[in-house]
Amino acid sequence: MARLYEYQSKLLLKEAGIRIPEGGVAFSPQEVRSIAEELGKPVVIKMQVWVTGRAGLGGIRFADTPQEAEAEATKILGMKVENYVVDRVIVEEKLSIKKEFFLGLVIDDASKSPLLVFSSIGGTGIEEIARHNPDKVGRYEVDVLKGLRDYEARNLVRKTGIIGKLILWLGDVLVKLYEVLKKYDARSAEINPLVLTEDNQIYAADCHMAVDDYAVFRHPELGIEVAREFDRPPTPLEKIAYKVEEKDYRGTFYFLQMKEDIADSDKTIGFNGAGGGGSMMSMDAVLNKGFELANYCDTSGNPAASKVYRAAKIILSQPNIKGYFASGSGVASQEQYHSARGLVKAFYEENLDIPAVIRLGGNFEEKAIEILSDCLNAVPGKVEGYGCDDSPEFCAQRMEELINENNVRSFKIRPLEKPVTPEKSYAFETFTGRIFIDHQKCADCSSKGCIQECQPRILKLKKGFPVLAISEEEAKKGKCTECLACEIFCKVNGRDAICIHLPIPGLKEYRDKILKK
Amino acid sequence: MSILVDEHSKVLVQGITGREGVVRTKLMTDYGTNVVAGVTPGKGGQEVHGIPVYDSVEEAAEKKGRIDISVIFVPAHLVKNSALEAMDAGVKLLVIVPDRVPIFDVLEIARFARQKQARFVGPNTLGLVSPGKAVLGMIGGRAERAREWFKQGPVGVSSRSGGMTSAISYYLTSAGLGQSTIVHVGGDAVIGLSHPEIMEMFEKDKQTRIVVMFGEIGTSQEERVADLIEQRKFTKPIVAYIGGKAAKSGTRFSHAGAIVEGSRGSYKTKVKRLRDAGVHVVDAVSDIPYKALEIYKLLGEQQ
Ligand code: SF4
Ligand code: SF4
Repeated sequence: MARLYEYQSKLLLKEAGIRIPEGGVAFSPQEVRSIAEELGKPVVIKMQVWVTGRAGLGGIRFADTPQEAEAEATKILGMKVENYVVDRVIVEEKLSIKKEFFLGLVIDDASKSPLLVFSSIGGTGIEEIARHNPDKVGRYEVDVLKGLRDYEARNLVRKTGIIGKLILWLGDVLVKLYEVLKKYDARSAEINPLVLTEDNQIYAADCHMAVDDYAVFRHPELGIEVAREFDRPPTPLEKIAYKVEEKDYRGTFYFLQMKEDIADSDKTIGFNGAGGGGSMMSMDAVLNKGFELANYCDTSGNPAASKVYRAAKIILSQPNIKGYFASGSGVASQEQYHSARGLVKAFYEENLDIPAVIRLGGNFEEKAIEILSDCLNAVPGKVEGYGCDDSPEFCAQRMEELINENNVRSFKIRPLEKPVTPEKSYAFETFTGRIFIDHQKCADCSSKGCIQECQPRILKLKKGFPVLAISEEEAKKGKCTECLACEIFCKVNGRDAICIHLPIPGLKEYRDKILKK
Repeated sequence: MSILVDEHSKVLVQGITGREGVVRTKLMTDYGTNVVAGVTPGKGGQEVHGIPVYDSVEEAAEKKGRIDISVIFVPAHLVKNSALEAMDAGVKLLVIVPDRVPIFDVLEIARFARQKQARFVGPNTLGLVSPGKAVLGMIGGRAERAREWFKQGPVGVSSRSGGMTSAISYYLTSAGLGQSTIVHVGGDAVIGLSHPEIMEMFEKDKQTRIVVMFGEIGTSQEERVADLIEQRKFTKPIVAYIGGKAAKSGTRFSHAGAIVEGSRGSYKTKVKRLRDAGVHVVDAVSDIPYKALEIYKLLGEQQ
């Protein structure tokens, strides 16, 4: 689920008719000041981050005048919270609070319905409150087919000890919050606190919402950049990875950075899992060996070789990793050689000089392991391939041994260069890239093996030179599966006539920036 | 016996003429699943691998009599309507293969299923297999593979990870332990039949003597299995593995369901609850077949 900031969530509440404090979002102390000037009353300034306990971190501050507001804002903006620099705050009128309540809506997997939770006493830690004051906390499973009726909401509120007009006012907020949840496909929405002010108005003083990742496509208006659950905003590298995933529907590529600044002395590795369960199991195996992960990654669901290649290139954009570890479920239904080829191309281009342990179990694993070992004598790092009968624990052990053999050397990332292709190459577009064949190098090639290697049979010989056997349009539409077999065959056989260019937007700039540091 | 499906179950494939539908129907029929009809609106009258295609589930039921199970292969945004259609036509078990089905669609399907007394596996499931009898969905990939990996026997398998469902079953087979039914319950946050519901079925199944459960962080499924054991509603031995020991809170790991929210669904609480209830929680997946074999031998001696 993709999280929304407090100020974004509040705008959705406002649109649904729930009252929120006046104010807005600001990205600089000057903006904070002008919002405070406009409001013309005492304000509260709150940092916009996805951690709990902001007050304790000094992320919630009060100010009586615009000058004070500006000064307080400088203390918050630029603050570092769990590796993430605060870049925005919300500035709002300070409310005079008479009473606080808690209101939450979550999707409950046990009852398979939205679960409404209301507490007539406020505070953090709703579980705690419920334990000590069970009669003050009410829960209600909403029937999604009929929605939340106003009398259902009122009954819930009534049962927590609320009396009089308040039942009506609060019930109304409950119904509206449910409407927001449903309208925006939110997996959770929480107003804590929901407050009653001295002048008897109900306000949502704080709000957090998270939208279902799978429904983000229905809500372009929310402007969610990366439809994935994080406890922080996405890193630049994650954004690059997400773009790759968005543009290529073949299989899944999930990428998450676990550690951004890796020191030379850290026992950190690049991680490339395959399959959700297999990835998690493999992650546990390497962590048990005392490794740290630079990143978590999952390439699964039968991704094209080109997608695995891009994943590897992104993983290898993290300086100072000590090894590359790839491992999946062990018994995958997909042909494993696609992943093998993707990795080989990336390792080759990066001239990998740290060890890699690749556990590719499943259909055609022997062929996959063969591809790895055939091709990688050419890179300085040691690459070992394993199959379904080798456990992730064993592979983690090998990773450790190889890293030690390599004297725990750190990986140095290199600038991303555009491949040099002779001007007169034969070339055609593929689904996400472009293939260049240097026919000059083909003249005295006796094997013409690229033709055989191409499983979809889209290459043919014309006067002794490999060319497309289908139309360029068909190749681009996906008939060329970007399996990389032709390029790798040709390279292994010492010819290097084929170059498949698979761009990754933003990666060059990213690496340049890191290298400058 | 087995649970949910056997060689007699009459199976329908929704979205049979699509890319996945065509390929997976072949796997199912090759394996021996009794696929009687397919549905793709607008394509009635065609055939796929000799299976007649109808325009609606209702029509398929009119022509073929009661349908027991529908396996759904339509694009994610069409899943809800396909599922409602099947249940309205009287189908009592659905296998929803597609992933990325919006959560509110799943909630609606679940609520409707409650009204219709129907059940569903998934979404985001590879499916299930009762070895030697029938495959539903895409598990195994090809029929020869499915025959090689899955053998009939005493172990019930329930898993939240598709790849691991096959892997665990293959390792069990290699260790000489066959399976009664293998279910990939799906990786999403809200699913139809979850671990505890599958356990209740395994409890009633005579063939199942032991259960292997592949759990993950997130959701309340494993905790509810512990509840069942404590309430004496599940009494057979379970060998379990929980993935995501190292996952940090508040971040989703691949599967939509694999997220720890606050203290809910953490690795620690799951393992503790299960161990307290007497479940054999192993630390490595490769320990599963040994542990299962050890327990199975003890069961034999007790008889
Ligand atoms: S294998 Fe390489 S050198 Fe030989 S024909 Fe093919 S592309 Fe040209
Ligand atoms: S041309 Fe053929 S071998 Fe080369 S990448 Fe495309 S499909 Fe693969």
